[in-house]
Amino acid sequence: MEHIVIVGASAAGSTTAQTLRREGFGGALTVIGDEPHLPYDRPPLSKQVLLGAWAPDRTSFGPSTTYAEQGIELKLGSRADRLDLDRRTVELATGEQVAYDRLVVATGVRPIRLQQGHELKGVHLLRTLDDAIELRKALVEAASVVVVGAGFLGSETAAAARQLGCDVTLVDVAPAPMALQLGAEVGWMIADLHASNGVRVIGGSKVTCLHGTTAVEAVELADGTKVKADVVLIAVGSRPATEWLDGSGLPCADGVLQDEAPADVYAAGDVARWSSRRFGQSLRLEHRFNATEQAVHVARRILGNDDPFDPVPYFWTDQYDAKIQVYGVVPPDARLVVTQGDPAARKFVAHYVSEGRLSAVLGWNMPRETRQDRALLTAI
Amino acid sequence: MMDVTIDQEGCVAAGQCVLAAPDVFDQRDEDGVAVLLQNPSADQYDATREAALLCPARAIQLSE
Repeated sequence: MEHIVIVGASAAGSTTAQTLRREGFGGALTVIGDEPHLPYDRPPLSKQVLLGAWAPDRTSFGPSTTYAEQGIELKLGSRADRLDLDRRTVELATGEQVAYDRLVVATGVRPIRLQQGHELKGVHLLRTLDDAIELRKALVEAASVVVVGAGFLGSETAAAARQLGCDVTLVDVAPAPMALQLGAEVGWMIADLHASNGVRVIGGSKVTCLHGTTAVEAVELADGTKVKADVVLIAVGSRPATEWLDGSGLPCADGVLQDEAPADVYAAGDVARWSSRRFGQSLRLEHRFNATEQAVHVARRILGNDDPFDPVPYFWTDQYDAKIQVYGVVPPDARLVVTQGDPAARKFVAHYVSEGRLSAVLGWNMPRETRQDRALLTAI
Repeated sequence: MMDVTIDQEGCVAAGQCVLAAPDVFDQRDEDGVAVLLQNPSADQYDATREAALLCPARAIQLSE
């Protein structure tokens, strides 16, 4: 009987397994995950879970019985340590060898750490459910919070901390929050959103060190400013979790290069890099929807469907009352053209145009209209 | 007979269900939350399953 092994038990891994089963795969299926929890959803961690609007278990993708009924073996709390492509085996941290006929790599990403300071109490990272539970506990008690890094995770956490009543400072090396992801113009609008909600936004500033003896006390910036902090979240990006593949011969370069992988190895989710025909570039996306879309694609490819993976990416962020949604890929040099609504009213749709071509559609509190404009991207 | 349930509190207004099955789903004007236009007919089952599969909040439950 054919055995498919999926390493990674988050959105991409569990969706690959469940799609394979639902669409007719009759062989053995094993999903290996390093966290002890059953598969769960990550986007609510920095939103509903931090705010306390959802109990942590509401993020679950379902009880263990679902997997048992589908004939999916979950090996949780098990870290994959090594891959042997010739012998087609995955070695776990326990030394156990798991043999596969086909392998799906869905190990996601790991947060980048600062060089110094993580040993101090009050300094947090946010990737897992346990991280979110710990951070929420700390935020509820905290007076002053510094969030280092104003990408998706940092900006959403700053919003949640502010809504929990903390005094919040959001720092980034970029001039404005999410400028890297959404361009400077939208970045300034997000800076305004945070400022109007009472967050101190410091752009263009690098954190040089964290102060404190056992617990963190302050964050020092490059210009010497010290910002007081009981709680610090480090959200300065992440790296693909591919250390376990080192030396295996599986082609990796900031992610698993799935176009170059052997025929019996696939990749899905945050860890996977592919070359996008539609956008004419190599892409690796740390977005929730991509995890699903790529997982479904990998499952269908295993089942014999040869369609290329060439999606229109979709991502979103929720901060305060703002829902910001993007279809497409935002080029760094793009021009932003507002096509509907009014940014001053915080309700608008805008197009990113680069080299005379529409590359992405952004909506701010206009979900229906934004989705309707997505058709413009597939019409090209 | 396919029964569709939407967890509107869990819905993230991505609109992917409308893209997959435009005759079955729509989005509310004010917040983009998914609404059911009608229970799917047999020829809409595949599209409805695709919508449930792709939902990034797993907010669509089907019972068949």
